[in-house]
Amino acid sequence: MRNFLSQKVVDIKPSGIRKFFDIVSEMKDAISLGVGEPDFDTPWHIRDEGIYAFERGKTFYTSNSGLKELKEEIAAYMNRTQGISYNPSNEIIVTVGGSEAIDIGLRAVINPGDEVIIPQPSYVSYVPCATLAGAKPVIINLKAENEFRLTPDELLAAITPKTKILILPYPNNPTGAIMEHSDLEKIAKIIIEKDILVMSDEIYSELTYKDKHVSIASIEGMKERTILINGFSKAYAMTGWRLGYACAPKEILAQMVKIHQFAIMCAPTTSQYAGVEALKHGDDDVKMMRQAYNQRRRYLLDAFKKMGLDCFEPFGAFYVFPCIKEFGMTSEEFATRFLQEEKVAVVPGTAFGDCGEGFLRISYAYSLDNLKIAIGRLEKFITKLRSQS
Amino acid sequence: MKEELLSIIEKNSRIDFSELAVLLGTTEEKVLNELSQLEKDGIICGYHTLINWEKTSIEKVTGLIEVKVTPQRGRGFDNIAERIYNYPEVKAVYLISGGYDLLVILEEKSLKEIAGFVTDKLSTLDSVLSTATHFILKKYKDHGTILNKEQKDEREVITP
Repeated sequence: MRNFLSQKVVDIKPSGIRKFFDIVSEMKDAISLGVGEPDFDTPWHIRDEGIYAFERGKTFYTSNSGLKELKEEIAAYMNRTQGISYNPSNEIIVTVGGSEAIDIGLRAVINPGDEVIIPQPSYVSYVPCATLAGAKPVIINLKAENEFRLTPDELLAAITPKTKILILPYPNNPTGAIMEHSDLEKIAKIIIEKDILVMSDEIYSELTYKDKHVSIASIEGMKERTILINGFSKAYAMTGWRLGYACAPKEILAQMVKIHQFAIMCAPTTSQYAGVEALKHGDDDVKMMRQAYNQRRRYLLDAFKKMGLDCFEPFGAFYVFPCIKEFGMTSEEFATRFLQEEKVAVVPGTAFGDCGEGFLRISYAYSLDNLKIAIGRLEKFITKLRSQS
Repeated sequence: MKEELLSIIEKNSRIDFSELAVLLGTTEEKVLNELSQLEKDGIICGYHTLINWEKTSIEKVTGLIEVKVTPQRGRGFDNIAERIYNYPEVKAVYLISGGYDLLVILEEKSLKEIAGFVTDKLSTLDSVLSTATHFILKKYKDHGTILNKEQKDEREVITP
């Protein structure tokens, strides 16, 4: 038989996380700090609204770009949190998770040979989505000494005449880094000067532990250059509902709607009704979860300090990204041995880009009790490593 | 800090000062001061333990008693409430809006003892007009905690 496979797809590297997942799932009694989703159940009133939608027979397609009521709530949310006004009828699309929004957003703007600038370490989908869209991914290796923020110099060095769009993944998975208003202003200036676009992935926007999250789209002159991605998974603990959205200038959004309408049709109807409830009445839930995450974050940072493990203080998402270079091992070696010897799963930083080498992603989407057990084991493990060297 | 501190110790009153300081991002001294102030102000009224008595062999019966009373001039419901809450077997007394006035929660070893309390002590009080007694058959959730709930992490072990 001929080789029927698409070479472009065959050439995509499988996710580094997948490989590790296979090892972990073989081990019965391992505890995991490797999860990228909240440990909370979706708040009951939101689930209840989903059930109610089923009961009322809301089981049909919605309009392609999403339920009108939901888009209006999203517009109201963007207005009250960021002071940006989006027109719900042509600047907002409801998607199947933030991931779909990333995919269709890139596909809507990429021509063959365009360059997409992707700062790493970052979420695993950007590079493959850019590649599948026909773009050339250009990686920026972010640095621990900048707390993994994107600096103007790093950005300038990556821009070429072929640059079409910058992906701006903050608050960041896996580092927990954030970009504050002053950081974003400098980036925005370059974006406007060089006439490029930004895809701002703000899926963790509700989970910041310093000042409130600022969107780059709220900076003068940036709304018309920004594809803003957000969703319900992290803020409202709704990962399994697969509900996200994008806000973008109407010319770009119209193209995104086309891809979405042919490939997806519409986001799940029940989830969209639940999403309306989340945006209308979910603020207290978000506050409660944010507070719990923050307590765990403080606990981990304090524990790292006590065991002398180097880690910058992250102010976003639910990850810490400690440095393990002192042990003279690669991230993967460290994670593998930690799993085998102490039965704790963490994700090697390299799963999020080569510059994640020397770091681990530790998720604190776990109860404090769980974290305490895992940290006890980590301390034992690194004490052993230090005594051997 | 106060609100967050209270919400932590409401769920876990055994937590120690040093851990509280870490979780709240402050010092042990400040936690200690705040706690003693909260106790002094009567905001923290005790450090209780939530026990699921159904799982023990100890017999306990809980009754909810709706009580209609005549309020007293000048003292309203306070006087009669006090006469009821002074009984140690009374676990809680609330003034309630709606069809009756006081809700009394009573814990005893048997139905008979609850019945005895209602007929001998409660109904005979001068201001009490009528009572309606309900017995708790099963506790599903108490103090914000779901009892008998199995904790299971449904998530995949590693996700991006």
